Amino acid sequence: MITALHQPFFQHALLAGTAIALASGLVGYFLVLRAQTFTGDALGHVAFTGAMAALAGGFDLRLGLFAGTVGVALLLGVLGRRGRPDDVVIGTLFSWILGLGTFFLTLYTTHRSTTQGNAGISVLFGSVYGLDGARTTAAVLIALAVSAAVVLIARPMLFATLDDAVAAARGVRTGALGLGFLALVGVCAAEATQAVGSLLLLGLLAAPAGTALRLTDRPYRALGLSAALAVLELWSGLMLSAAVPRLPPSFAIMAVAAACYAGASLVRPRSRSTRTTVARSTVTRIATVTRTTEE
Amino acid sequence: MTTAPIDHATVTEPPAPVPAPVLELRGAAVRTGGRTLWSDVDLTVGAGEFTAVLGPNGVGKSTLVKTLLGAVPSAAGTIRVPARTDVGYLPQRRSFDAAVRIRGIDVVRLGLDGHRWGLPIPGVHRARRRAERRRVDEVIESVGATGYAHRPIGRCSGGEQQRLLLAQALVTRPRLLLLDEPLDSLDLPNQSAIAALLGRICREDGVAVVMVAHDVNPILHHLDRVVYLAQGRAVAGPPAEVITSETLTRLYGAPVEVLRTADGRLVVVGVPEDCRSCGPCC
Repeated sequence: MITALHQPFFQHALLAGTAIALASGLVGYFLVLRAQTFTGDALGHVAFTGAMAALAGGFDLRLGLFAGTVGVALLLGVLGRRGRPDDVVIGTLFSWILGLGTFFLTLYTTHRSTTQGNAGISVLFGSVYGLDGARTTAAVLIALAVSAAVVLIARPMLFATLDDAVAAARGVRTGALGLGFLALVGVCAAEATQAVGSLLLLGLLAAPAGTALRLTDRPYRALGLSAALAVLELWSGLMLSAAVPRLPPSFAIMAVAAACYAGASLVRPRSRSTRTTVARSTVTRIATVTRTTEE
Repeated sequence: MTTAPIDHATVTEPPAPVPAPVLELRGAAVRTGGRTLWSDVDLTVGAGEFTAVLGPNGVGKSTLVKTLLGAVPSAAGTIRVPARTDVGYLPQRRSFDAAVRIRGIDVVRLGLDGHRWGLPIPGVHRARRRAERRRVDEVIESVGATGYAHRPIGRCSGGEQQRLLLAQALVTRPRLLLLDEPLDSLDLPNQSAIAALLGRICREDGVAVVMVAHDVNPILHHLDRVVYLAQGRAVAGPPAEVITSETLTRLYGAPVEVLRTADGRLVVVGVPEDCRSCGPCC
């Protein structure tokens, strides 16, 4: 295990993975809150198809990855009303695109696959240990930019998610915000594909956010917790796979994420919130008393 | 303070030293998809006045609210409404899903700062944030929601959610409160409780309230004025003058009868077939 930790491939994985997990945790919170988790799933399949199309056309895999996920995320936003694509739209597009991916894979394996024979597998299941220095830097910078953007739009986004009409009446441009968010989901999906693979990226997007939402009912705290959980789960997964070389990193990360979610499901939210209410009202009463004496 | 109904039933009140009205419509009209939804609507609402918008389904009551919000342009006439920050809005509502685990107090807070970018950073703008927290607590108390404001809003009952959303709409101290069927899907005790609360907000805080209603009875005692929309036209005036057999017959262009039940409820019967999708309208 010690030897693995000092290898550049592991350090790259840790660095890129941390940034990607941070972005996924933040994006995932809103994805879950807006009940758009399915969008993330669809984008996973698009990621595969985009990457395969780029390879078949002889381009960098990431070009297809980003063009595919961002393009389709925006398309979903435009097709579905007001930036909230519905399930039928996603379901239809999603199967067609996966079929297209198989087509490109066939094209690629019959014509070009002399150097990267298992590119299909690594896109589907991730190849976080395969990142070189340049790719790591790119992944970190993009993921940090996504995170910053999510933090910037967090509050109006929360408002629009809970109360679209009221937010619009207060001057929040909910349509543009919804589209912008979907573009961020697209970028994040492309990034996460590099870490855990297109089939498993949903876990990184949905599981930490779902866990956080079960653990707290304060929105900003839940957002932070979702990001923190995603990073911790990625770290634990990487460590686990370093300790037990037989475990692929994607599997280890997803196993930890699923275990956390299962653990959080056992927590009873009701008793927690009641306790908070009692504590709160006491505090309020004390505050009121203090104010009265001041007067 | 004068209302100008479409026909000869012009109502004049004695001229009083009135401040400028909060809201004023003169000959307003809305066209959607090449069709005129309604036209010639005149309405003046002053501070502390409670106005209900009545009429059958599909007549454009919600559109009237959206026109007042500035979301739907008026095709004719003039419209004067307060600035966006002076308007509180409670849209026609689906209730929050039980799975929404966001506290009511956070939902109310968004009414105050939800349009701002970024996240509230601890330690920054400390004084402003303390004032905002105080305002949120105060408005929650004024609608009587203190007991459950810290509960996830999805876990609150329909009436509790409606009170919290009302607090959200009121948190900026608006001069005009626009409500779209806020009593829908509430049971009778909650309907009258929310109606009384709205009446109190209107009188005590001097907020002009315009409320779309399906049924006028729960709010009848609190109303100063009604706007009755039907057949693309409107009549405005005090409820006792508008909700009468004569006025409504003239508006619908067909015989309509308003009955008063023993307990003072109003029932409209004989509404023309194409308006009857919802049964008696008021």
